[in-house]
Amino acid sequence: MLTVDIEKRLDRFTLKARFSCSGEPLALFGASGAGKSMTLKCIAGIEKPDRGYIELNGNVLFDSEKHINLPPQKRKVGYLFQDYALFPDMTVSQNIATGLTRYRGKEKTAKINEFISRFHLDGLESKRPATLSGGEKQRVALARIFASAPDVLLLDEPFSSLDSYLKLELLPYIKNIIKDFKGESILVTHNIDEVLYLCDHAAPINNGVIESTREATVFYNELQEQYKKAGISLPEYHL
Amino acid sequence: MDLYPLYNSLRIAAISAMIVFFAGIACAYYIAKLPRVLKGILDVLLTLPLVLPPTVVGYLLLLVLGPKRPVGSFFLESFDIRLTMRWWSAVFAVSVVVFPLMYRTARGAFEQFDENLADAGRTLGLRNSYIFWRIRIPYCKQGIIAGAVLSFARALGEYGATSMIAGYTPGKTATISTAVYQLWRTGNDELALKWVLINIAISAVVLLCVNLLERPQRRKG
Repeated sequence: MLTVDIEKRLDRFTLKARFSCSGEPLALFGASGAGKSMTLKCIAGIEKPDRGYIELNGNVLFDSEKHINLPPQKRKVGYLFQDYALFPDMTVSQNIATGLTRYRGKEKTAKINEFISRFHLDGLESKRPATLSGGEKQRVALARIFASAPDVLLLDEPFSSLDSYLKLELLPYIKNIIKDFKGESILVTHNIDEVLYLCDHAAPINNGVIESTREATVFYNELQEQYKKAGISLPEYHL
Repeated sequence: MDLYPLYNSLRIAAISAMIVFFAGIACAYYIAKLPRVLKGILDVLLTLPLVLPPTVVGYLLLLVLGPKRPVGSFFLESFDIRLTMRWWSAVFAVSVVVFPLMYRTARGAFEQFDENLADAGRTLGLRNSYIFWRIRIPYCKQGIIAGAVLSFARALGEYGATSMIAGYTPGKTATISTAVYQLWRTGNDELALKWVLINIAISAVVLLCVNLLERPQRRKG
């Protein structure tokens, strides 16, 4: 169970994020620059909110009143960056090994191999990120995150830098990963099809204000109404 | 031909480049994180030796390290160590003059760094020191190595501040640059020319290294 209730002043608006999720994947849906990524960064501990409270499975990650602010290293939050943020000077294996700091020697090697095969990276072990395709990079980034055994999975527009063919290939793959993942997962996106396919719940975000969480299908109908008013019809989704 | 000036110049340059390497990287890293006003002030102070005449730097150093000055007299009385007119006195002068070169190149290199990588490292549970040495430094290594080599090259050629604080004593504080001046002044043109050619040769090799290091980067994403 992840509970977020934070405020942070930004250049153009004040981010007000208040939501919780437990077990089922949640989508944060909104336009570019609406504060989606900033919300994830606050949860991960990369950015510090001005005020508020973040709690994960009973552990307080951030509490402005009690001056608690755990460093990212202690939050157990897996963050998939938009551009994957693979370490360019390390090989695929070394990148995955950075998530396995709690293992040593043979055990570590075994774990690296386990993640290599689980994420279908066989043969790429000694390659550098610059030589990988977009899909391969994403799998390395995911392998690295899962190697660090996170309790929360934050996906920051995971498909934005992939072409639509690759996206089609990877959507079911990501869906499975989210399904098998025991912790909370939050997806940031501005694509309604990703929301409907991957998430049960959605929270729209407008100018930094996160509205209440609702079922993804309910959200879709609302969005369709908005589009109708603007004279545009959304494609039908059969769910 | 007495090769002492070559040996002395090389060791002074090597030690100074080493000091400046770590000091420059540390300052570049920590000052980048400071609030804007403080950053601006420190930036000016630390870059000043680059534009000041070396004689001014030498004068200021003598104000502090001279045997009758605060720091200088303290070392002389407490440890019986004279800070000026020794071969290693030149290390103070050269380090101060060369520091801005390393500091500014390191800062430029750090500014190119993709901060997402550090953030990713932190969410993966990596220690900050690991992120610094294994992710940030390798990412910026070309700029940092170029800065170090350039510092070494400049350190080899320092004359003004060195001559003021270490003087010229043959076989003791003589460096290539001070030897050239003294030899020319005393009419020993032939030997002065030899040292000039040696100096040009060393500097050319070092600059060649810098150029090789600054070749286009192969990296992206």
